Amino acid sequence: MPSNTRPTQAHYVAPLEETPLVAIDSVKADGKPSNLWTDAWKDVRKRPMFWISAALILLVVIVALFPGWFTQVPPNNDCQLSNSNGGPQPDHPLGFTKQGCDIYSRIIHGTSTSLSVGLIVTFIVATLGIVMGALAGFYGRWVDAVLSRLGDIFFSIPYILAAVVIMSVLSQYANVWVISLAIGIFAWPATARVLRAEILRVKNSDFVMAATALGVSRFRILVRHVLPNSIAPVIVITTISLASAIVAEATLSFLGVGLPSSTMSWGNDISQAQTDLRTAPQTLILPSIALSVTVLSFIMLGEVVRDALDPKARAQR
Amino acid sequence: MAGYIARRLLQAIPVLLGTTFLIYFMVFALPGDPIIALFGEKTPSPAVVEQLRERYNLDQPFIVQYFLFLGGIFRGDFGTSFSGQPVSEILAATFPVTLRLAVLAVFFEMVAGITIGLVSGLRKGGIFDASALVVSLILISLPIFVIAFVAQFIFGIQLGWFRTTVSSGAPIQDLILPAIVLATISFAQITRLTRASVIDTDTQDFVRTAASKGLSRRRIVPVHILRNSLIPVVTYLAVDFGVLMVGATVTEGIFNVPGVGRTLYQAIIRGEGPTVVSFVTVMVLIYLVINLLVDLLYAVLDPRIRYAK
Repeated sequence: MPSNTRPTQAHYVAPLEETPLVAIDSVKADGKPSNLWTDAWKDVRKRPMFWISAALILLVVIVALFPGWFTQVPPNNDCQLSNSNGGPQPDHPLGFTKQGCDIYSRIIHGTSTSLSVGLIVTFIVATLGIVMGALAGFYGRWVDAVLSRLGDIFFSIPYILAAVVIMSVLSQYANVWVISLAIGIFAWPATARVLRAEILRVKNSDFVMAATALGVSRFRILVRHVLPNSIAPVIVITTISLASAIVAEATLSFLGVGLPSSTMSWGNDISQAQTDLRTAPQTLILPSIALSVTVLSFIMLGEVVRDALDPKARAQR
Repeated sequence: MAGYIARRLLQAIPVLLGTTFLIYFMVFALPGDPIIALFGEKTPSPAVVEQLRERYNLDQPFIVQYFLFLGGIFRGDFGTSFSGQPVSEILAATFPVTLRLAVLAVFFEMVAGITIGLVSGLRKGGIFDASALVVSLILISLPIFVIAFVAQFIFGIQLGWFRTTVSSGAPIQDLILPAIVLATISFAQITRLTRASVIDTDTQDFVRTAASKGLSRRRIVPVHILRNSLIPVVTYLAVDFGVLMVGATVTEGIFNVPGVGRTLYQAIIRGEGPTVVSFVTVMVLIYLVINLLVDLLYAVLDPRIRYAK
């Protein structure tokens, strides 16, 4: 007989391993409540990619706002044809364009153009997309039918092709606002679709029913309860659309239906440099690098934000 | 299935009317004289203006103009180019070249994207996965014209492996470099789509069942995981076609490929508005048809779509 059996027992009885009740019941009542946004922030700040993209975006914003801090050389006048496609000189670290303008200065002064187009397009896309998607998803029925078909129509025309047509017609009025409108007016359906799908999911939640039971008006439920709980995927897609808008502007300028050549724009500079690819590749490569790094920083930010806000993406990491 | 096809075709009608109306509206209902505006800084001769006015029925009320334009499209009349050649004739000559380029590009992006996506997904979090992510992020960030010029500079000018411009007749060996450039746009998307789908499928019950039946990983990966992961990639083809059309416009322009894209590119560069409008209309129509076909293909592949309301 095993020695750990007590005399009164016929069989071995395992000792009771009691879990201390304190551990089960302890709820951190005074701890910070955790929600999607605080979780996302905790996740994001651990990732080096977030800090790299944030630093790059900060740099781009500072360059766009204060180009004078980075260069004293005027980008447009002061160009001398004797410097055409010339190499670096003191005070002109990156050399000269075909027209003999300072490449470095043109890159610095072109930053605000790209960033403004990106921000204005994103504003247009987010506004139209949120309004259309929210109304279609929340009110359903004929509102959904009409708005979703409208979205289908706009979605069926690739937005760069649409922008090419609009800019061909409005070529005399081309400026940052017009080009942003031309891109944004056809780019919103993707955002609307994402938001609509999310609202369809959220609007059947218990808290919506609770608000309805309390007599809160439909519109107020949409704005105060449903929208804040379904906005996360919109934020992800918006960050990425900012990058796409910058690329779209550069593409239109490259095609010659973008901004007028008097406006400083990386797309214009790349377009003008293309004929000299063989002899002076740096005039094309340098503005391309500025453009790509800016786009990359927004794409990386979108990536990090997606991983943080979308549980499925987080699981797949 | 027949019901699904009928429903899908019916749904396509308002979209078809809507897109053509939208394009027409953008060009002809904006303030100012549309004919003059279409020529930008150039001044067309009065004879050309008169001819275009007649062609677009600008003396009629707007809605009548639109229906006449729509009627023309259904008869295959897309207008005439700047040089007076019918757009439908130009299309017949250039479309095969673009189709060849697009098929080649889709082939490259599918082979590379699916292979890399599969390996990344199976070895999630590894070195290969991490490097594939970095490369795909960089490729997404590079605008197509930058990739085209860099490829032209390195492989065409510096290394001399390919011709920098395509010779007449567009033989396959000249189309390889432009097709690779065109493939880079969607390569990253396909890689990531495949990766996510593979990770998802790998945790499904039928994969575990297959493993517990004693099947080797070598059989599970292609038969059970890969095949089931490809459905989202097939649907992406529809979106991809829109991306390819814009990409082809730029790529064909840069590499001088004698296709539909280059014709549009040159019309844009030269400011030939009416030709631009005709070609954009044609491209949007092709895009709609391809989308419809992909939707039908998707329904064949995945029965759930057919029966869903």
